[in-house]
Amino acid sequence: MHEARPGADLAPYRADFPVLQRPMNDRRLAFLDSAASAQKPQCVIDAERDCYERYYANIHRGVYQLSQQSTQAFENVRGIVQRFINAPDEREVVFVRGATEAINLVAQSFVRPMLQPGDEVLITGMEHHANIVPWQLVTEATGAHLVVAPVLDDGSLDMDGLRARISERTRFISVVHVSNTLGTINPVETITELAHARGIPVLIDGAQSAPHMPVDVQAMGADFYTFSAHKTYGPSGSGILWGRLAHLQAMPPYQGGGDMIRTVRFEGSEYADPPQRFEAGTPNIAGVIATGVGLEYMEAVGRERILAHEQSLLAYANERLAEWDDLRVIGTAPGKAGVISFVIDGIHPHDMGTILDMEGVAVRVGHHCTQPLMERFDVPATVRASFGLYNDRADVDALVDGLLKVKSLLG
Amino acid sequence: MTELSALYQAVVLDHNRAPRNRHEVQPHDGEANGNNPLCGDWVHVEFRLDPAGCIEDIGFNGEGCAISTASASIMTEVLKGRTLDEARRIGERFQHLVTDREAPLPAADDPDLEKLLALAGVRDYPMRVKCATLAWHTLQAAIEAPASADSE
Repeated sequence: MHEARPGADLAPYRADFPVLQRPMNDRRLAFLDSAASAQKPQCVIDAERDCYERYYANIHRGVYQLSQQSTQAFENVRGIVQRFINAPDEREVVFVRGATEAINLVAQSFVRPMLQPGDEVLITGMEHHANIVPWQLVTEATGAHLVVAPVLDDGSLDMDGLRARISERTRFISVVHVSNTLGTINPVETITELAHARGIPVLIDGAQSAPHMPVDVQAMGADFYTFSAHKTYGPSGSGILWGRLAHLQAMPPYQGGGDMIRTVRFEGSEYADPPQRFEAGTPNIAGVIATGVGLEYMEAVGRERILAHEQSLLAYANERLAEWDDLRVIGTAPGKAGVISFVIDGIHPHDMGTILDMEGVAVRVGHHCTQPLMERFDVPATVRASFGLYNDRADVDALVDGLLKVKSLLG
Repeated sequence: MTELSALYQAVVLDHNRAPRNRHEVQPHDGEANGNNPLCGDWVHVEFRLDPAGCIEDIGFNGEGCAISTASASIMTEVLKGRTLDEARRIGERFQHLVTDREAPLPAADDPDLEKLLALAGVRDYPMRVKCATLAWHTLQAAIEAPASADSE
């Protein structure tokens, strides 16, 4: 039996999440789909509501007090994000709609202008669609090529394969920090070192690392780091692009409109400095404010504790599922994050998902927006159980009991 | 929510374990591929008509869950000997059966839907409607043009 590290028992925090108090089919809800989106603590819900109830107004443009208060609360979040990812400067924090928009922004504004026909953008075989398709768009438009580093059988990144694919023509590397499907934690520090030795900038897609572990963009050597607020216990429709100031300052705007300009004349406009240059239009004001509260909530719980807690659950789940001969876990890399993707011989993941739901267990079934990875492991889909800070062993037990029900019905 | 057994009836489980007409139809007069982009499932449907314009043989292949496999299997059983117009009409009635929760169930001896009633439980699981209708949408595509269909 693996024991949690001292202090890692987060049981009391479950009570902070109203939706988890709701019974599901007369059972205690076992929410095991935090990799898709995390549930929200009361403080995040309250923060968004509080903004609308007490001080909401558009930002950066009102001289009245409400607008000043909204602007202050909104801008305050840059500092929270800066601390959360250890960024050198809060001007490097760009508010976007989510990790997907962040990657598209970098692809279009930073990478596309530098690509010539024959150039290469390197990604890995474990990227989710949001870190594949934007690169297909810019490489197709410029005559460049998308190069994919292979994944080993256990779900680890093939580092020799990656090294071999860095070439004279490689202009950019974009790598997921933690695989949403396999749970693999990639050695991003090694990757940025390899890349920088050749002058290649690197984007680290942190959608699945920011919610689960301490993140230090300087230590990892990233040029860009992205994550979505809805996975860090914040609202949906809000996300972060962090980029080195020098890069951001050199980048043209992504979208045009209000708030991203300094002066506008019909003959031409002068753009604002980062980060406003990349924040055209009225943003998700209350959402960004609540994003900050979600990050502070994680900090208050303790990110080392969250990591230790989820690791303990992962170990417990692995132990319980190891009893099943016909269950195959996809992704068994050493030191992986709290994600278990699996298949059971002869039973389709969709059927498992429905039956588990009836037992109050919410899991993700399907290809998890990683179709190439499904092909790599020769499965059409998997069942994925993923952990958040509010999960406990009872959730894992409910999963195992639910799977017994699946077997009795369909096995 | 109804009980699980309403969704996974014995008939469905049986067709899932031993799908009928899971075979190629050579030569064939129509074929199409269908994909469910949500889960990566796919189905391929082929059929041949006899001189009178009735479906002489129909078969499918694919990868899918119990609901989609059973639906494809029952579909091939129900449609043998039917005209394409009849197939289209039964398909529409089936779509209605699995999507309209309020509509009264057809009579148990309804010649078109009798066997398909085993899938009526899907109406309580909106997320699974696409599974149940994939084969039918694919057949429709095969009838109209030998292209491919989505489960949308």
